[in-house]
Amino acid sequence: MDIFDFSDGREGYYGEYGGVFLPEILHATIEELLACFRECKADPKFWQDYVALLQNYSGRPTPITHLENLSRKLGGAQIYVKRDDLNHTGSHKINNVMGQGLLCQRLGKRRVIAETGAGQHGFATATMAAKFGFDCKIYMGAVDVARQRPNVFWMENLGAEVIAVEDGQKTLKDAVNECMRDWVTNMADTHYILGTACGPHPFPEMVSWFQSIIGLEAREQILKQAGKLPDRVYACVGGGSNAMGIFQGFFDDDNVELIGCEAGGHGVGSYMHSARLAYDDASVGVAQGYKTYFLQNDEGNMNETHSVAAGLDYIGINPIFAHLWEQGKVRFEAATDIEVKEALTLTMRTEGLIPALESTHAFVTAIKEAPSMGKDEIILINQSGRGDKDIFTIADALDDSKWKTFIAGKADQYRSEKK
Amino acid sequence: MGLQTYITERKKDKDLLVMAHVVCGYPSFADNMKELEIMAEAGVDLVELQFPFSEPSADGPLFVRANEASLKSGTTIDQCFEFMHQASQRFPFKILMMGYYNTAFKMGEEVFVKRIKEAGGVGYILPDLPVEEFANLHRLSEQEGIEPIVLMTPTSTDGRLAKLGAASRGMVYVVARKGVTGSKTTMGDDVLSLIARCRQHTELPIGVGFGVSCKADMDFLRGTADLAIVGTAALKTWESSGAEGLKVFFAELMA
Repeated sequence: MDIFDFSDGREGYYGEYGGVFLPEILHATIEELLACFRECKADPKFWQDYVALLQNYSGRPTPITHLENLSRKLGGAQIYVKRDDLNHTGSHKINNVMGQGLLCQRLGKRRVIAETGAGQHGFATATMAAKFGFDCKIYMGAVDVARQRPNVFWMENLGAEVIAVEDGQKTLKDAVNECMRDWVTNMADTHYILGTACGPHPFPEMVSWFQSIIGLEAREQILKQAGKLPDRVYACVGGGSNAMGIFQGFFDDDNVELIGCEAGGHGVGSYMHSARLAYDDASVGVAQGYKTYFLQNDEGNMNETHSVAAGLDYIGINPIFAHLWEQGKVRFEAATDIEVKEALTLTMRTEGLIPALESTHAFVTAIKEAPSMGKDEIILINQSGRGDKDIFTIADALDDSKWKTFIAGKADQYRSEKK
Repeated sequence: MGLQTYITERKKDKDLLVMAHVVCGYPSFADNMKELEIMAEAGVDLVELQFPFSEPSADGPLFVRANEASLKSGTTIDQCFEFMHQASQRFPFKILMMGYYNTAFKMGEEVFVKRIKEAGGVGYILPDLPVEEFANLHRLSEQEGIEPIVLMTPTSTDGRLAKLGAASRGMVYVVARKGVTGSKTTMGDDVLSLIARCRQHTELPIGVGFGVSCKADMDFLRGTADLAIVGTAALKTWESSGAEGLKVFFAELMA
């Protein structure tokens, strides 16, 4: 199955989703990007350089870990985890960023901009910009800046300028809009490093291509370690880049079920979630440069979204998934904030793993389904990021009194230093 | 009477027409009506009524906040069309819908053009709907006699301008510079050569917008463009000095 073969259809469309819906002023820039991307994709040397860069800089290939304790405890399927949390900067975001960095060099541009939700993509972009010597500006919703200070701290210390976006809902979608505004002004010397498989063509295809390294590795590794293909593969879906990454490794394996796990927030009917496909609240629309399912009202204005995980807190789903969902190729489920906190505690205690709140959504669904599967069946979860960055959020969720005492003490210390 | 004919007629009496802009429901529909009264009195020729959208990514900070505040106060599409209807009955200038494609997409393209027509509008501007995607909407518009306004920009190649020119109806909106609405544009040779390039690809009247803010800009455009498109500067004036300020603004602009 090659979903990126547009030869007999419309370029950039997956079923009726995708496309390019941008102001005319960006047309030439998108064309330039598309031409450069086509050149890179057709050049085996580019992919070799990309893989080598990730090996030397980010620690790829990331391993697969068999969660024996958790599997035994649940009494069903054998659970394996793809450890993309072990990348430099702590998540799969670095894959796409390094790829686009190499592409940016080919474009001959010296400045990069990026949106970020949880801050992982911004963090990775700032790292890449420091390494490649690019000027770097990161747009981040003010709400996310407030809840993800550790990532903001690293971005700034890596030399990037972080702009807190005060418009709209002050989260990821607003950061995307602000990036678009920067780009329509500065496209001559600036490349927009979009962080997920959303937005106008060729971004969904390009980001998916770079992230496909996860699935390429994972398929080979699971065959070696488990002796067979997984029965089910789980990945969290915000925009959908890590899920596209791992799922692509199994697109041609008809017996492997692919499950995308969205952010259920406060649950069904709460209207405080980011579940576009798992719940019934989203409808097809056009925004942020592409056509897909959005959480929007009847007049086409976007609804407020929510998730405990900033990186999943987004209105739209990548157009490839909208299509694959309709085709029955990928199943979508949602995990609520409460379920995520429980699954995180369980995973930490039984396996010593600390998945990011985003990735924990995939754990929730896998943990729910594993007990009803056979002991010889295999589950593969993509642990797309590590949870260290979420220490403030997780400490709040767990109501950790020692942590609070520590922070209060720190605050007192800073206050007295100020005086 | 089509937009092109309307503009040609108006141009018999003056050498540069003016298109103004309001964001529906911001600060309120009552204020919008006052703004339109002032515009009509000053002799404005065309007005864009922007239907607020939650993701106005082609707009600058002032319009972004206006879109947001309008939606927050509960502005609906029905109210916007109702306002368009009242305004088109009352004022001599022609009215265009301005907004983002999702507004049209969600109600259905056919309904969209019908409702503009019923409300007395003559056309629409959807900056995020590119030529590759607008064939069906343009066909429906033609059936209803509603005119889609195509945008030409400084980054459009000649080949692209030819394509845009062929699809243009009524008038062409020339974006004077890169960027979003509201920043200052230095009116100079770049703008002149851009207008000249666009003229090679269309015989329709040309309006120039993005950063047109004062009489000097008007003087610059006179003789090259057919319309000056003034957006942010007027809203800025309204916010800082209200109705009186806006009267002075348009009086000076169109002196």
